[in-house]
Amino acid sequence: MSDQAADLVAALAGLQAEAEQALRSAPDGDALQRLKTDFLGRKAGRVTAILKSLPTLEPGARRAVGQAANQTKAAIEQVLAEAEAALAAKAPPAVGDLTMPARPVWRGALHPVTLVATEICEIFHELGFTRAIGPEAETERNNFTALNFPPEHPALDMQPTFYLGAGTLLRSHTSPVQIRVMEAYRPPIRVTIPGRCYRRDPFDASHAPVFTQVEGLCVDEGISFVDLKAAITFFARRFFASGVKVRFRPSFFPFTEPSAEVDVECQLCHGSGCPACKGTGWMEILGCGMVDPAVFEAVGVDAERYTGWAFGMGLDRAAMVRYRIPDIRMLFDADMRFHRQFVDAV
Amino acid sequence: MKASLRWISDLLETPLGAREALERFPMLGVPVDGTETLHQDLGQVIVAEVLEVARHPNADRLSLCKVNTGSAVVSVVCGATNVTAGRRYPFAAVGTTLPGGLVLERRKIRGEYSEGMLCSARELRLGDEHEGILELDTAAPPGTPFLDAVPIADTRLELDVTPNRPDLLCHVGLARDLGAALGRHVKLPAFAAAGVPPPPRAARAAGAAGTTAGVRVAIEDAGGCPRYLAAVLRGATVRPSPAWLRQRLEAAGSRSINNIVDATNYILLEVGQPLHAFDLAKLAGPAIVVRTARPGEALVTLDGVRRPLTPAMTVIADQHDAQAVAGVMGGAASEVSAGTTDILLECAYFDPRRTRATRRALGLATEASHRFERGIDHDALPDHLARALDLLLHVAGGAVDGVPVDVYPSPFPPTTIFLRDRRVSHLLGVELPRTEVERVLTALGCVVSPKEDRLAVQVPTYRPDLTREVDLIEEVARIVGYERFPDEMRPQRPGVVPDAPAEQLAGRLRRVLTALGVHEAILSSLGPRHDERCVELANPLSQDEGYLRAALLPGLVRRVEHNWRMQQREVRLFEIGTVFLRSAGPLPEEQLHVAAVLSGATRPPHWSEPAPPDADLFDVKLLFEAAVAEARPGAAVVAEAGRLVAKEAGDRQVGWAGELSADRPAWSAPLYGFELEVLVTAPVPVQLRPLPAWPVVEQDVALVLPETLAAAVVEASLRAGAGPLLESLWPFDEYRGAPLQPGTRSVAWRLVFRAADRTLRDAEVEAAVTGALAEVERRHGVHRREA
Repeated sequence: MSDQAADLVAALAGLQAEAEQALRSAPDGDALQRLKTDFLGRKAGRVTAILKSLPTLEPGARRAVGQAANQTKAAIEQVLAEAEAALAAKAPPAVGDLTMPARPVWRGALHPVTLVATEICEIFHELGFTRAIGPEAETERNNFTALNFPPEHPALDMQPTFYLGAGTLLRSHTSPVQIRVMEAYRPPIRVTIPGRCYRRDPFDASHAPVFTQVEGLCVDEGISFVDLKAAITFFARRFFASGVKVRFRPSFFPFTEPSAEVDVECQLCHGSGCPACKGTGWMEILGCGMVDPAVFEAVGVDAERYTGWAFGMGLDRAAMVRYRIPDIRMLFDADMRFHRQFVDAV
Repeated sequence: MKASLRWISDLLETPLGAREALERFPMLGVPVDGTETLHQDLGQVIVAEVLEVARHPNADRLSLCKVNTGSAVVSVVCGATNVTAGRRYPFAAVGTTLPGGLVLERRKIRGEYSEGMLCSARELRLGDEHEGILELDTAAPPGTPFLDAVPIADTRLELDVTPNRPDLLCHVGLARDLGAALGRHVKLPAFAAAGVPPPPRAARAAGAAGTTAGVRVAIEDAGGCPRYLAAVLRGATVRPSPAWLRQRLEAAGSRSINNIVDATNYILLEVGQPLHAFDLAKLAGPAIVVRTARPGEALVTLDGVRRPLTPAMTVIADQHDAQAVAGVMGGAASEVSAGTTDILLECAYFDPRRTRATRRALGLATEASHRFERGIDHDALPDHLARALDLLLHVAGGAVDGVPVDVYPSPFPPTTIFLRDRRVSHLLGVELPRTEVERVLTALGCVVSPKEDRLAVQVPTYRPDLTREVDLIEEVARIVGYERFPDEMRPQRPGVVPDAPAEQLAGRLRRVLTALGVHEAILSSLGPRHDERCVELANPLSQDEGYLRAALLPGLVRRVEHNWRMQQREVRLFEIGTVFLRSAGPLPEEQLHVAAVLSGATRPPHWSEPAPPDADLFDVKLLFEAAVAEARPGAAVVAEAGRLVAKEAGDRQVGWAGELSADRPAWSAPLYGFELEVLVTAPVPVQLRPLPAWPVVEQDVALVLPETLAAAVVEASLRAGAGPLLESLWPFDEYRGAPLQPGTRSVAWRLVFRAADRTLRDAEVEAAVTGALAEVERRHGVHRREA
């Protein structure tokens, strides 16, 4: 071995000792990186420099120095890895304690009545229904007379009404929009009508003088009671549960004939009977029926050619059932503790 | 309508269980709102015969009886004075549970064992009488269950009869409808013993007046009263009703008064015919005149209230004065009382609309008005009068004087409806065999005559709701059952009505505001008057809810105060809703508004920072500008007198934002809010600009501005002076204080320059900045802040 080669091997041993000591005492990851560059860096590493000088050596020396240099490099890399592991074990991770809470932002919630209104309109949208709206202050003609409530008819007592003046009132249902839609468009008509309605009932746990309804109206040639049952059943199974039992009961509304009340199996007891369903196992969800020919006559639609169906549903009650809200007044309190619970609601 | 299930069962001569009624009635269109069991807790009580009555050896007021219970003869101590050997009484043996839960035990009373109890009416909850034990008028042998001998166990149904079905407001009607579905007929039981001749039937008067037993009966107001029957009963005795009658009325939820009143109530509940009994001695004339009330006329009704009448009301008068409000309530002056012997019984048909108008005008709803309003069976009046007389004779004695009179000047024609076969299937969507349609209609009491492709259907007069073909189709569907029709989805066309733009816009506003952390509220539109343009209700529930809102913010502020009371410091609420303004037209002007309120921290607290600052005007400005962008895209938001205002062309203010005054607790944060009038327009779709290909150069410019000069104004000048290379600019800092002069502030803008086609040279940027500075100096005289 030449002297030159012996010097280089000795230098390598010195470098290795120096590197090992430095690496073991490095305070942090940055220091380790600096040391790695210092000894093994591709451009100016001190071990690298010796490796780069190999071609200038005699062939005999080249082999001995090369071996020693590679051993040194491997030894330093191993100590480096050990030092990194030791540091990682000792120090907290640089990212901090991930169990601490995320950085929050204020999030707003839709009102539960809006949630159910939107869902119902979307379900009927699948059946080709668009949304229509109308004014909340109405004429007696649109709210009652055109809907086949004759003057002094006892059916008027079904809907205690706020009056504004002679012949003007706050609509007691969304049905006057049926009249407006049929006067503005000729069939085929398929609309849902969401909106606010008014009845002269004082606030209590289950009544509000102001409430939200959604109405549906379908008018075309050849529409029958079967189509009504199909659409309402489709809706009920989408809105409640796919296999839910649905029942149509005869009823009376002046603007539909035949008329029906629709029940689904009680969503609390699933049909076995509980206080909420008065032990019947059924829960009333909406009223519906075939559009009465008198209504078609009032709006100038040929009742011999066209038939149709309509439904009306109280959304406050639907929201209360869906979200287990015990008192209708909670819907109007605008209590932040209430609304915050609907941030993730569907 | 309260109904006795036993009564209905008896009319159909078939037993009906409560469960069956609960299933059947709703499916016929009569929901059952509730049920109440009656006397079903007497199942353990039996009929017993008292064999011997002896004085109790140790007590003067007690007797010791030998009682045959059917299975044994037992010794019973009894305190009643009316206990009589050979008579039958209800008996509770040892171990029997009585109403109220008392279980009878074998007890020693004054040294003698009592093996049970002979019961009074009160102990069985059959009445208030407790003076003596309840003597039974029964041939049932001892040991017979009491409820078999005295059939009073019942279920009272609370039925929700829809207003189109007056025929269901009586037991016969309910039984008839149920019978149509069950294939059974109604049979009216006889009151009188066999062999007693029936009372005479009414004879039709010629024209609008007639006479019975010397009483002239005249209809002057045939519009209000198309038909009036009267009968005179003489020699009746007013007394308590027999037990069966009292029990029937009680089962149907009606209180027993005396035999005359009870008999009329019974007929009302049985066949739906309201009757009125006048004390004949108190009718001047005696005469009956059915006329409109005279101007200024008044009547003290049975409830003791003096009621002013109007000529729109029909009254039943004697020769001089009104004695009853037709179809609503009788008068106190001619009321049947304890001494009454001669009765004039009225059985009439009053016009539904007139009755309703009168009832509403008087604010006086009665069982009678409820039925007349809906329309009773005008054809059945003679039958109903005959049945009423039959019952009265049975329970009050006396005799009918002469022949009752039936004044019916213009009889109603029968209603015949044509029902086309194809219309049935067209509306119901299913082919129903004609034979089935005929069967259903016949079962409902219609007379059906088949023609070629249709049926001629004469409807029964107790069904005033059946006037059109569609009414019959509904009846067919109702009786065959709605479950007969499939719910199969058939092909249909889409509709032609476009989706409402206002609903779409409301949806976008909701999305924007909830994304900005605000909760949607829905508030009542009714409240106190908060603005001079508020619309007043004609019939409010209270003054606090007597007006329609003219703005959303007053209601929202009240809800913020509610939240503060609930110790909620963070309140962020919005509402999208209609407001109402008084207008010149008949209907108020309606506007769709959006409003929000904001109080509390700008963001939720987080451990990484000190408490976040409270929201201020610039937080509400964010919400306001976002709402304006959606709901008023043409409006400009400008600062005016310490608040923000949205203005449209022509300076019309359409919204504002600012701090709100409220009843604020000390720990709460200031309250801000905005309100905006929504304009429904179609949204303008985003059009993408090309992404820039060349780098930007940024320059900061700080200017010293007088406080009176708005930053937005200066910014517009900077933009104008900088020229087309200026891509964007925004203020990033504001500073007040030394070394600036008081009344001035420094505002620093970052200006971002870019050319669309090249990298900018420094000299170009310098020139643009110089131009911007020159423009603000020229326009506003302001300079760059000294470094």
